[in-house]
Amino acid sequence: MEQIVFYILASMIVIFSVLTVTTRKILRAAVYLLTVLLATAGFFFLLNFNFLAAVQLTVYAGGIVVLIIFSIMLTSHVNERLEATGNRKKFFSFVAVLAGALICISTILDYGFKEKSDIEINTSMSKIGTDLLSYGDGGFVLPFEVISILLLAAMIGAIVLAKRETQN
Amino acid sequence: MEGYTFTLLIPLILFATFLLIGLAGGKLKPIISGITGVVSLSVVSIISYITAYDYFFVNGKVDGVFGKIIVYDAEWLRFTDSLFIKMGILLDPISVMMLVVISTVSLMVHIYSLGYMHNEGGFSRYYSFLSLFTFAMMGLVISTNIFQTYIFWELVGVSSYLLIGFYYNRPSAVAAAKKAFIVTRFADLGFLIGILLLSSLTGTFDFVELTNVNGSAITAGSSVLFMGLSSMTWALILVFIGCAGKSAMFPLHIWLPDAMEGPTPVSALIHAATMVVAGVYLVARLFPLYALSAPVALEMIAYVGAFTSMFAAIIACTQTDIKRVLAFSTISQIGIMMVGLGVSGYAAETGLGFTASMFHLFTHAMFKALLFLGAGAVIHAVHTNEISGMGGLRKYLPVTHITFLVACLAISGIPPFSGFFSKDEILVAVKEKDSFLFYFESIVSGLSAFYMFRLYFGIFWNRNTTYEHTPHEAGMSMKIPLIILAILAAVTGFIPFSEFVTSDGIPFISHIHWDIAIPATIVGLIGITAAFIFYKKESDLSDKAAASLGGFYNTVHKKFYIDEIYIFVTKKIIFNMVSTPVAWFDRNVVDGTMNGIASVTNFVSEKIKRFQSGQLQQYAFVMVTGMIIIIALIFYFLKN
Amino acid sequence: MENISIEHFLIVSTLMLFTGIYGFLTRKNLITMLMSAELILNSVNINFVAVNKFLYPENLQGQFFAMFVIGIAAVEVAVAIAIIISLYRKVRMIDVEKVNEMKY
Repeated sequence: MEQIVFYILASMIVIFSVLTVTTRKILRAAVYLLTVLLATAGFFFLLNFNFLAAVQLTVYAGGIVVLIIFSIMLTSHVNERLEATGNRKKFFSFVAVLAGALICISTILDYGFKEKSDIEINTSMSKIGTDLLSYGDGGFVLPFEVISILLLAAMIGAIVLAKRETQN
Repeated sequence: MEGYTFTLLIPLILFATFLLIGLAGGKLKPIISGITGVVSLSVVSIISYITAYDYFFVNGKVDGVFGKIIVYDAEWLRFTDSLFIKMGILLDPISVMMLVVISTVSLMVHIYSLGYMHNEGGFSRYYSFLSLFTFAMMGLVISTNIFQTYIFWELVGVSSYLLIGFYYNRPSAVAAAKKAFIVTRFADLGFLIGILLLSSLTGTFDFVELTNVNGSAITAGSSVLFMGLSSMTWALILVFIGCAGKSAMFPLHIWLPDAMEGPTPVSALIHAATMVVAGVYLVARLFPLYALSAPVALEMIAYVGAFTSMFAAIIACTQTDIKRVLAFSTISQIGIMMVGLGVSGYAAETGLGFTASMFHLFTHAMFKALLFLGAGAVIHAVHTNEISGMGGLRKYLPVTHITFLVACLAISGIPPFSGFFSKDEILVAVKEKDSFLFYFESIVSGLSAFYMFRLYFGIFWNRNTTYEHTPHEAGMSMKIPLIILAILAAVTGFIPFSEFVTSDGIPFISHIHWDIAIPATIVGLIGITAAFIFYKKESDLSDKAAASLGGFYNTVHKKFYIDEIYIFVTKKIIFNMVSTPVAWFDRNVVDGTMNGIASVTNFVSEKIKRFQSGQLQQYAFVMVTGMIIIIALIFYFLKN
Repeated sequence: MENISIEHFLIVSTLMLFTGIYGFLTRKNLITMLMSAELILNSVNINFVAVNKFLYPENLQGQFFAMFVIGIAAVEVAVAIAIIISLYRKVRMIDVEKVNEMKY
C-alpha cells in the first residue's frame, strides 16, 4: 500500500516538476508547481512528519503559491504564452543537468546507506514544541529567533521595495 | 646655572611675537604690528644688555676666565642612548657679544622700518618675518650644540629667503630669493655632512665637549687620513663650506649681491650685520677644534678669506648700484674677519686674531648696518639705487650725510672711528703670522677706503643733479637709528675687546701697534684721496681711468663673470648634459613603462569585459557546469 | 515501509533538483525562474526529511531544518517578488535576458 502511494507521489512530483519548467503558459506553471508542492506534502505524511506536512501545505501551497499567482496577475496577461527559449540554450542546459543528475544518482546508488529502522521516530507536537524552544542538545531556540528577525526584516524590505515611489 | 634663566625669554618673546604678528597680523592695523615688533625687540634688547652686563662685569668671570655657562639644556629628540639632540642656551663671550649685536641692530632696523616701510604693503608680514629672523638668529648664537645650530642655521636661511623675496610680485626679487636659498642650501649640504662626520668622530654634538681643550674631541679623528688630511680636518673643512655659503665666501658669494633685492632695512639686518657673519661666528665657536686639531683647515680659511676680501673689494670699486657696492663691501669685510680667524692661534696673546676678528665683527655690524640704513634713507629720498641718479645730496639730507660719513670713515679705518681699532688688530695678527697676507690685506683696506668714498662722494657731492621731487630727510623713526648707530660706529672702537672676548676666555691687554696702525691709516687716506680726486667734482677722470683699464674694467664690472660661469656650468653642462637625458629617460622609459602597463591592462579589460554579459542565466549556467565538472572529477578521479 | 528505502526518496529529490536547475537556466520570465528556485528548495526539504527519517531517527534536526528552509523560502519569495514588481514598474517587462543594464 505505502509502496503504491510512494510511486504515485513520486511520479506526480517528477512529471509536474518537468511541466512546471517547460509549459509556455505561466499560470499553468504556477498550478503545476502547486501540485508538486502538494505531492511533497504527501511525502511528508508518508514519512510520518505530520506537522511538517501541515507547514508545507499552509506556507508553501497556501502562502507562496498564492503570492506567485498574485505577482503573475500583476505582471502579465493570463493567456499570454511565454516566449520560447533558444534551442541551443535548451540543449546545453539539458546536457549539463542530465550529467549532473546521472552523477548524483549513481553516487546515491553506490553509497550504501546504513538505515536505522529499529528506532521509531517521535514527531509528536509536544516534542517539536519542546525542541524548538529549548537550548540544550537538540534545541533550536536560536535559529527560531533568528528566523523571526529575518522574517521581520524581509517584510519591511519587501514593503520598501514594492512601495510606489513618491513623485517629487 | 642659576641667575641666567631669564635669557630663555629672549627666544621665547621673539617667537611669540612672530606668531602673534604672523597669525593676527592681517587683522591688526599695520602700524600696530610694527609697534608690537619694536616693543618686543626693545624688551629683548634690554634683556640682552642685562645679560651682557651681568656676564662681563659681574658673574661671568670665574678665576680670571670667561667660562661657558649652560643656562638651560633640554633633551629635544632622542634617537638612541648615545645619539640625541638637545636644545638649550649657552652663554660665553662670543654668544653674549652676538646677543648684543643682534638685538641692537635688529632694534634699530625695527624702528627704522616703521618709517621706511611705511608706504609698502604687507607691513605685518614684514614684521613677522623680521621677528622670525631675529628669533632664529638668537637661537643660532645661543646654541649649546652643533645640531641646534644647524636647525637655526636653516631657519635664518628660510627667513632670509622670505625677506629677500618680500616683494614677491617682482620677478628679480623672486629669482634672487631662490638663488640665495639654493646657494646657501647647497653649501649647507657640506655643513650637514661635516656635522655628521664630526659627531661620528667625537661622539657628541655638544659645543662644550667639542671645544674642551683637555677633552677627547680635540684629538679624535686625527689619525685617520684621507687624501693626506686627517678626517677631523675634512670634517672641519666641510663645516667651513657651510660657513662659506652663509658668509658669502668665494665662490659661494654669488647670492649676496642679488639678495639686495630685498627691502633695504632687511639688507642691513640680515645681509650685513647678522646672518652673513654666522659663518664667522660658527668658525669662532669651533675655534679650539680648528686651531688645535686642524691647522690646515684654518690656513685654508685664511686664504679663502683673503682672496675673497680682495676679489670683492675690486668688484665693489666698479659697481654703480649703491646697495651692491655695500654688498661687495660686506663680502670683503667678512673675508677680512675670516683672515683674522685664520691667522689666529689658540690661547692668550697668540689668539689676537680671534679677538680682532670678533671685534671687527662687532664694529662692522654697527657701521655696515649704518651704511645700509643710510643708503636706504638715500634711496627713500631719490627713489633709485643707481649712483648716477644721485649727487649733491648733502644739502638735502644733512643727517644722512653726516652719519654716512662717519660710517665711511669707520670702514676706512681712520682713527678714532671704530673700524680703525678692529682692523688694526687684525692687521697686527696677520703680520705676526704671514707678512704676505699682511700686505695683501693692507691693499684691501686701501681699496675699501677708495670704494666707500667713491660711494660717499658720488652720493653727496659730485654734480648737482636736479631732482623731480626735492629730496627731503626722512622722519624721526629713520633718523634716530641712524644717529644711534653713528654714535656706536664712532665710539665702539674704544671698547677694550681683548679684555672680554678671547679665544680661550682668559682676558689680556692689547695695545695699538702704531708701527702698523700708521701705515694702515695712510693707506686708507690714500684710498680716500684717490676717491676725492676722481669723484669729488663732476669730472670725466673716472671714465678715462676706466677706459684705460679697458677689458679689465669690464671684467671687474661684470663681477669677473662668476655668475655667468655658474649659469654656464648649470645650464650648459648640468642641464644639457645630465638633466636633459635624465628627463628624456624619465619621460620615455619610466613613464613609458607605466603607460604601457596601463594601456595593456586597458586593452585586456576591453577584451574580457564581454564575459560580463549581464545575462544572469549565463552566469548560472557556468556555475552549474563548473560545479558538476568539479563533482565529477572528485568522484571519478580523486576517489580512487 | 519495508520496500521503500532512502534511495528512492533521494532519487526523486535529485530529479526534482535538476529539473529546477534546468528551469532556472532556460526560463526567461523572472517569475518562472523563481518557481524553479522553489523546486530546488523543495527538493532539499525532501532530502532533509528522508535523511532524518532513515538515518538519524533519534532526533528531529532534519525536520527543523526543513522548517527553516520553508521559512527562508517564504522570505526569499516575498523579497524577490517585491523586486520583480518594482522592476516591472520601471521597465514594463521582466525578461531576464533583457534586464542587463548592470553589465560591465
